[in-house]
Amino acid sequence: MTVAVVQFGGSNCDRDAVRALEHVGVDAERVWHEDGLPADADGIVLPGGFSYGDYLRAGAMAARSPIMAEVRAAAEAGVPVIGVCNGAQIGSESGLAPGAFTTNASARFQCEPVHLRVERADTPWTAAYEEGDVIEVPIAHGEGRFEIGEAARADLVADDRVLFRYCDADGNATEDANPNGSTDNVAGVLGERESVAVLMPHPERATLPDLGRSTDGAGILEAFA
Amino acid sequence: MTAYTATVTVRLKRGVLDPEAETTQQALERLGFDLEDLRSADRFEVDLDAADADEAAARADEMAERLLANPTIHDYEVAVAER
Repeated sequence: MTVAVVQFGGSNCDRDAVRALEHVGVDAERVWHEDGLPADADGIVLPGGFSYGDYLRAGAMAARSPIMAEVRAAAEAGVPVIGVCNGAQIGSESGLAPGAFTTNASARFQCEPVHLRVERADTPWTAAYEEGDVIEVPIAHGEGRFEIGEAARADLVADDRVLFRYCDADGNATEDANPNGSTDNVAGVLGERESVAVLMPHPERATLPDLGRSTDGAGILEAFA
Repeated sequence: MTAYTATVTVRLKRGVLDPEAETTQQALERLGFDLEDLRSADRFEVDLDAADADEAAARADEMAERLLANPTIHDYEVAVAER
């Protein structure tokens, strides 16, 4: 399994993602977007950062770059794809996942640890957890507020495609535990296939034991193992 | 062909929270202005040549659909004028 970590101009979590993936035993390499997707990529990470300076909207430019057509085709063929932070914004903007991530309710950039409740444990991304588990993973974003139209929100819930919700340490998805004003406390969702996911929190920053508070994010990256 | 400017205005759908507009409103109020509400929008002025105004509008419309607006959160309108 070689995972392609797609690097755009302004990506800045690509090296962290590679290192965290290697820590959980997954071969990973950075791929410059202009070089296209390697034929042997059997997993794809859209990493965090500020691709194209967040011009227009976060992720809007990268979502329309040629490599994303290849990423969408790979996703449709069943290749696992995860978008983290700016990668989640790119994923939503490119139609890989429903909804949109926009300006935090606070109107500020927020960099802080948050708790997430695992809403589905029967996906590749959450096989390491039990449904209802509470994990601690950091966020670092200014545009992470999940928005989705009411009809699409109802579909999202009916289809059980919410993967993680922001919650307190006891697993309650309260308003106080919602760092950015996301609809229904949504922190991460599945695409049309369960092999595609986007989330604003950074699992690669909660994987290496030396980095500090939590290694709870490692289980998400183990999807590629 | 005629030279047109297509003006695409992209704004948040009604009911979608606009923290930047709220912050801007608060700053205006701090400056002593009295206002009921404030909404912000992005305006794109696209210069293009087209056979007629309808074609210019159709092309600008597609630009909005495919890039300038995000249909999940935005409404947009297109206005075309000869340049």
